[in-house]
Amino acid sequence: MQKIVDKSFEYLSKLSAILVLIVLVTIFWVLFEEAKPAIEAFGIDFLTNSKWAPNLEIFGGAPAIFGSVVSTFLAMIIATPIAIGIAIFLTEIAFEKLKTPIGTAIEMLAAIPSIIYGMWGLFYFAPIIREWFGGNGLGLLTAGIVLSIMILPFMAAITRDSMNTTPDILKESAYALGATKWDVIKDVVIPYAKAGIIGSIILALGRAIGETMAVTFVMGNVHKIPDSIVNAATSIPVTLANEFTEADGDLYYASLFYLALILFVISFVVIATAKFYFLRKVRKEI
Amino acid sequence: MLKKAALTAISLVMISGGAYADRISGAGASFPAPLYYDWAYDYHKATGNEVNYQSIGSGGGIKQVSARIVDFGASDKPLKPKKLDKKRLYQFPAVIGSIVVVYNLPEVKDMELKLENKDIADIFLGKIKYWDDKAIAEDNPGIKLPHKKITVIHRSDGSGTTFNFSYFLSHVSQDWANQVGVGKALDWPVGIGGKGNEGISNLLKQTPYSIGYVEYAYKRKNNFKAATIQTKSGKWVKPVEENFKAAAKYASWKPQNHFYQILVLQPGESSYPIVAGTFILLPREKTETNKKVVSFFDWAFKNGDESAKRLGYIPLPKETKDMIKDYWKEIGIEPK
Repeated sequence: MQKIVDKSFEYLSKLSAILVLIVLVTIFWVLFEEAKPAIEAFGIDFLTNSKWAPNLEIFGGAPAIFGSVVSTFLAMIIATPIAIGIAIFLTEIAFEKLKTPIGTAIEMLAAIPSIIYGMWGLFYFAPIIREWFGGNGLGLLTAGIVLSIMILPFMAAITRDSMNTTPDILKESAYALGATKWDVIKDVVIPYAKAGIIGSIILALGRAIGETMAVTFVMGNVHKIPDSIVNAATSIPVTLANEFTEADGDLYYASLFYLALILFVISFVVIATAKFYFLRKVRKEI
Repeated sequence: MLKKAALTAISLVMISGGAYADRISGAGASFPAPLYYDWAYDYHKATGNEVNYQSIGSGGGIKQVSARIVDFGASDKPLKPKKLDKKRLYQFPAVIGSIVVVYNLPEVKDMELKLENKDIADIFLGKIKYWDDKAIAEDNPGIKLPHKKITVIHRSDGSGTTFNFSYFLSHVSQDWANQVGVGKALDWPVGIGGKGNEGISNLLKQTPYSIGYVEYAYKRKNNFKAATIQTKSGKWVKPVEENFKAAAKYASWKPQNHFYQILVLQPGESSYPIVAGTFILLPREKTETNKKVVSFFDWAFKNGDESAKRLGYIPLPKETKDMIKDYWKEIGIEPK
């Protein structure tokens, strides 16, 4: 009897694991099937063509791909150093009394739904960008900053947790050898927490590249590759959110699926590379 | 406890009442959605029948009724008779709305700004870049226009409103027709995009010196300033209800082609040039549910004119309503 329970539990858990794989493959297959008409019509030129005119049945994905990549990139370069800074402050510098309130505040920031960031970005942040940097206030820069604020708590919390795992004995040994605080952070804490930091960057990247609602509000929603980062642009999720329900015409519909497929591949490749390349390297070093 | 009992009693009444009532579902255009909600509410109060309408956009409405998911679809863009035959649909108009050109110019009052139709096209083409451009200043000698860059705001989603607006621009500007054309979603030469009439409204509110286009109901709701533009023959015409009505009078919808007609740029001394009918689509084979759907619209045509006016729409002229009733009779779906 006990054996049967054990066996069936084994099969059930195996099934759950395989289910994930099946879902992944099916999603890819559906996207590919639906995108087929557009893939046949435009081929690889879809990636470089920047004209998007649904009424003329001309579709090019370049502006959306560009917008996705650049806004995510901007978000990452803004958020990563700040997140690491917050984590260092919380683990190494702050008084015990400060740690909890600041840590909680950061976690609460992570709980805010993304659409609220979008609304805040549109009504309060866009005018500031317009004042300081020119343009309409809506565009890549605004989207990048709003995204960075969105992923910041996430990154900071994971980085802090992994820095917290640094054994005190290592730090104390370093201090005993005459290391300054800065030396300890640079040569002990950060190397020790590297895997966690990279992991947080990957998770944040995944969230930023697929983010839809917050970005739809502040991106400007224009199918053009902007000549400046303060100008309006679009991204893949934004295009899908804007146009999917109204897309009539087979080629239009298929082109949106083509974009979805590209987003799927981009995030897949980014996360896979990061996971296999960086994390493996880090593990070896440790 | 008492409250709970009362609630149960209410829901029981609703359930038992529902068992005998008709229930129909529709989906489509967002442009007439506020009115359909209003009609459905009053219709339910008057007859106990339920109408469930989802505002998902004209394209979605056409898609869902073609796939027979909903009982009726709604679209701001009429389908051509050929397409209706192919998708096996019937079509008739339900109400008329108007599209106004709205601006956010702190210095200028509502309807004070005059824009030639051709200049509207040039602004949306990006050829006129500043508010004090000679082309605009010429028509507005009394106003001191600021030397500020114009921010164009357009729809980022596919939209029946965009279809009618671009149809208008294509007919007043050859350049627009050649470079951009007509459609529900376009390759906009300049500007920033907002999702839905609501999206445009939000962007317009918070972007000084911007210009956009919305359904009239949204202009009223948000207290926007709308431009005085030109009739087909070039006379100035204010965006007010009597001028919308004047244009609607020229609608020459006919049952023979399932009422296919675009209302933009009607003739007449005071016809506002951008008015648009919004249409209902029915699956041809579903006679029984179609009867329920037309019962709703029959009721709305009789009792719904007041709500339409209150919300900023123009009820169909009586002759059109009679024609639609004849159309129903002819295709065998008379209201109950």
